Amino acid sequence: MSADITTTSHSEEAVYVYQAPVRLWHWINAIAILVLAVTGYLIGSPPPAVGGEASDSFVFGWIRYLHFSAAYIVAVGFVFRVYWAFVGNSHARQIFLPPVWRGSFWKELVHEVLWYAMIAKQPLKYSGHNPLATLVMHVMFVWGIIFMIVTGFALYGEGTGMGSWQYEMFSSWVIPLFGQSQDVHTWHHLGFWVIVCFVIAHIYAAVREDIMSRQSIISSMFSGWRTFRDGKPADDDH
Amino acid sequence: MTETFYEVMRRQGITRRSFLKFCSLTAASLGLGPSFAPQIAHAMENKPRIPVLWLHGLECTCCSESFIRSAHPLAKDVILSMISLDYDDTIMAAAGHQAEAIIEETIQKYDGNYILACEGNPPLNQEGMSCIIAGRPYLEQLKHAADHCKAIISWGSCASWGCVQAARPNPTQATPIHKVPGLAPKPIIKVPGCPPIAEVMTAVITYILTFERFPDLDRQGRPKMFYSQRIHDKCYRRPHFDAGQFVEAFDDEGARKGYCLYKVGCKGPTTYNACSTVRWNGGLSFPIQSGHPCFGCSEDGFWDKGSFYDRLTDVHGFGIEADADTIGGTAATVVGAATAAHAALSAVKRARQKGGES
Repeated sequence: MSADITTTSHSEEAVYVYQAPVRLWHWINAIAILVLAVTGYLIGSPPPAVGGEASDSFVFGWIRYLHFSAAYIVAVGFVFRVYWAFVGNSHARQIFLPPVWRGSFWKELVHEVLWYAMIAKQPLKYSGHNPLATLVMHVMFVWGIIFMIVTGFALYGEGTGMGSWQYEMFSSWVIPLFGQSQDVHTWHHLGFWVIVCFVIAHIYAAVREDIMSRQSIISSMFSGWRTFRDGKPADDDH
Repeated sequence: MTETFYEVMRRQGITRRSFLKFCSLTAASLGLGPSFAPQIAHAMENKPRIPVLWLHGLECTCCSESFIRSAHPLAKDVILSMISLDYDDTIMAAAGHQAEAIIEETIQKYDGNYILACEGNPPLNQEGMSCIIAGRPYLEQLKHAADHCKAIISWGSCASWGCVQAARPNPTQATPIHKVPGLAPKPIIKVPGCPPIAEVMTAVITYILTFERFPDLDRQGRPKMFYSQRIHDKCYRRPHFDAGQFVEAFDDEGARKGYCLYKVGCKGPTTYNACSTVRWNGGLSFPIQSGHPCFGCSEDGFWDKGSFYDRLTDVHGFGIEADADTIGGTAATVVGAATAAHAALSAVKRARQKGGES
């Protein structure tokens, strides 16, 4: 393809998908999760011991402080994101409500899987998420984050102690539900790895789709606009 | 008429001065204000001693061993006089038929008014045949005593959670007291630990005696005053934890300096007990103080959670046992490798298509 052909025959249509609050939330959330993952891993497997007087350093204290601060940002952000699902545009509620009751959802999901298996020649065209992305976002991200927030606050409430709202709202029922504190820690670790797997797949899929599919992906999360590389209508009717 | 505690204590040669000292010490150990000391004294002077039946099921007697070492109050001088310990086969003078007769006598005489203290738990398999007391399954003795008691104290991790005899695969189906089917629905207070701290045991009894009710319990039925905080929350090595100073191996410089035992598997952060405040042997020491990590003996199912030196529970069902980080790390590696492979294939496919187009 030479450049002059592209500029003459190609006209891009665009849809406004990600509203500014969603984009802002996405990037704040991404940074907070990165901080949480790194500090969380270090809390589970601490760095080599520092020497000197105990009163001279506060290394582990800082690691935990960062973890708790980032956790509050994610938790507050998530509450806001749920609120925005109600007041925002239709795309804002897509990851919360995958239309699993629709036959077409599953049919298109199979097509998306075939596209990833490199069997289907062309992916379908979506202004929002494709069905596979919607489902993975819903199961691994939405429920993953809810799980991490609930177990995280349960563990945090152990430190703030009985009588604190974290303890009363979370620890008091989560710890007996899992059996005991150690099991909650164990599941919080497993949740961490689920999020890590999600992040790997999420970033890879975003880069790959941006290059290989028929619509913009990465730039959309900066600008909010989804642009298409061909003139055909989108396969999801919005 | 039954003697009051005070009368018994005086008879045992305890001065009024010592008695009042004991009352204020007990108030302090229960976390009550000084104004409660006279209330405790008043209760002890006026209330009849509560009869206690102390039954032993599947257990190792470490609860009794701990109990008799209580320093504040001294078990010998005070507690064994405060309560009327009618039956405890380990420390009672009577034996055989005489001893067993006391159980029936107490049940008839104090129907609905005695405390049933359970050390150990009953096995349910083979109709309880794995634990026979005086020719009958302990299960029957327990149910019979529970039918007529006022309340039940589950001493130790055995009675509270099941402990070692209930560890996988639990061939005798040893079952903690609150899960025994068909047991009379009496209030149960759990005092877990293997064994529980002596002062915690005597304090629980003193509280019940003084206020004629259980202390506040948490959701799992443990007295909040001793089990509402983790060992970690009041650990004297906590500053080393916050500073990031850890023992890396049991014989390293950090171990000698008394650094935090977190990295050698201390379960203080997941264990609810009063060891780091009340301590053991008259407040002398506790495991972490002697350089060994806490292994969480007062937590539910502590035998079945993998290594005593690992802060994560082993996850079964993967063919081999693995901890959460091994499983997660493997999963992340697989996802990462799959992603890389997929990316390589995608690149080849794209290159081919482009090759076809041009």
